[in-house]
Amino acid sequence: MRLKYVLSEVMVGLWRNVTMTIAMIITMAVSLTMLGASGLIYVKVAEMKELYFENIEVSIFLETEVTEEQKTAIKASLDADPLIDSVTYVNKEEAYEVFEEMFRDSPDLLSAIDPEVLPESYRLKLVNPQEYEAIGEQYAEIEGVDQVVDRSGVLDKIFNLFSAGQKIALVAAVAMAVAALLLVANTIQVAAYSKRREVAVMKLVGASNWFIQAPFVLEAVVAGLIGSLLGLGALAGLKKFLFDGALSALQGLFAPVSWGEVLLAFPLMAAVGGVISAITAWVTLRFYLRV
Amino acid sequence: MIQLEQVTKTYPKASRPSLDNVSVAIEKGEFVFFIGPSGSGKSTIIKMLLHEVAPSKGRIVVNGKDVTSMRSWKRPAFRRSIGCVFQDFRLLPNRTAYENVAFALEVIGKTKAVARRVVPEVLELVGLGGKEHRYPQELSGGEQQRVAVARAFVNRPLILLADEPTGNLDPDTSIEIMRLLDRINRTGTTVVMVTHDSNIVNQMRRRVIEIESGRIVRDQARGVYG
Repeated sequence: MRLKYVLSEVMVGLWRNVTMTIAMIITMAVSLTMLGASGLIYVKVAEMKELYFENIEVSIFLETEVTEEQKTAIKASLDADPLIDSVTYVNKEEAYEVFEEMFRDSPDLLSAIDPEVLPESYRLKLVNPQEYEAIGEQYAEIEGVDQVVDRSGVLDKIFNLFSAGQKIALVAAVAMAVAALLLVANTIQVAAYSKRREVAVMKLVGASNWFIQAPFVLEAVVAGLIGSLLGLGALAGLKKFLFDGALSALQGLFAPVSWGEVLLAFPLMAAVGGVISAITAWVTLRFYLRV
Repeated sequence: MIQLEQVTKTYPKASRPSLDNVSVAIEKGEFVFFIGPSGSGKSTIIKMLLHEVAPSKGRIVVNGKDVTSMRSWKRPAFRRSIGCVFQDFRLLPNRTAYENVAFALEVIGKTKAVARRVVPEVLELVGLGGKEHRYPQELSGGEQQRVAVARAFVNRPLILLADEPTGNLDPDTSIEIMRLLDRINRTGTTVVMVTHDSNIVNQMRRRVIEIESGRIVRDQARGVYG
């Protein structure tokens, strides 16, 4: 009977103030969508970083007037370096082939370049790609080395862009969460006011605190969970129409987002939506009903 | 059953205490009137016995439990042993007499089956047999107070607190309510009633404790309003 009573009170409570309930659910849904998106971007960026940095290569370009002795010395120290997995020597002709490939749309530029002016280089595969900076520091100052180049600068820029997007989503999520929180507090106050006589009688005859609070708290939790379901729908829509649709041209660049990962965002959204609603309702009741 | 030991209550921002060093002992099964002018501190005693306000100083023991040191989470269980009626009845307007009484049972976890057995019985006891399905606005003031008494008594509490229960009733109806409280008292329930209805106090001839400016000025067995 008590469970039935509590559940029917929850339904009555949600209907009594249905415009407020809808406002609460929509705000919650938007906030949780942002949160879910932010979480997904975060996971994806981490995944992509691993993927990209795993394959990072370091090239050591030599000065054009490098001597054979210097080359041998460099080669020897590279071979002996425990941080380096393998070393490939790229001579001027090979460098020109790469150059040709990169600038094949600009024949004027190509014809102006003589293979002789291109630097020779060593292309390194590292044992642990994360240590590219150490290699840079170590070899940049050696005689005969012009510069040590890796692609980390470009990658960092791309990932900074993603991280900025993720932070914007997170800030939006928090802002909407504050709005949702205030709406929950307000809804609970209205609900408590409309049931003030019942609550007074319940307190008087010794109904337990949880029994008095449960309908209000559950009301907020149900709204939070409905909000998180809508948020899941919105995330699925974003994946289907934005990521797989409009942005599909960029697929090669991004790590793909699977349906499983979208679904995995749901427990996070539901937990945050439910717990935040419950805590807000509970705190509001403590001030408002003083139970 | 009820002990107040040197109880003082000073509300914040009040110039003088509502209750000033009050000590009273009430035995099980007693019928006690607290009388005195408005603002003398009578109602503060009821609130303290309900663990609604805490004394500033002193100790209150109700039914063997020290209310002064009671944690608020124990309050619900404590209140189940105390029935309470008020001047303004405090009935739920959208529920019938039966439902009002049953509500009090159901919210403390009694089943509907228990309510079906107990509620008609107690409504009969307070003289509302046949009016179970009336709503409060369809009942007279006296009848509404009977519903409130039924609700307070349905749990068979050890103590019944009544805060000016006849304050909104005409003299004849008041007498009827007093007969009802007397009948409940005879079942062994301790009754503590706050009133300034001299007529009733004089007719009942029960213990009278008079309070003035927060102090007990008279404590008389079989007393009158004076």
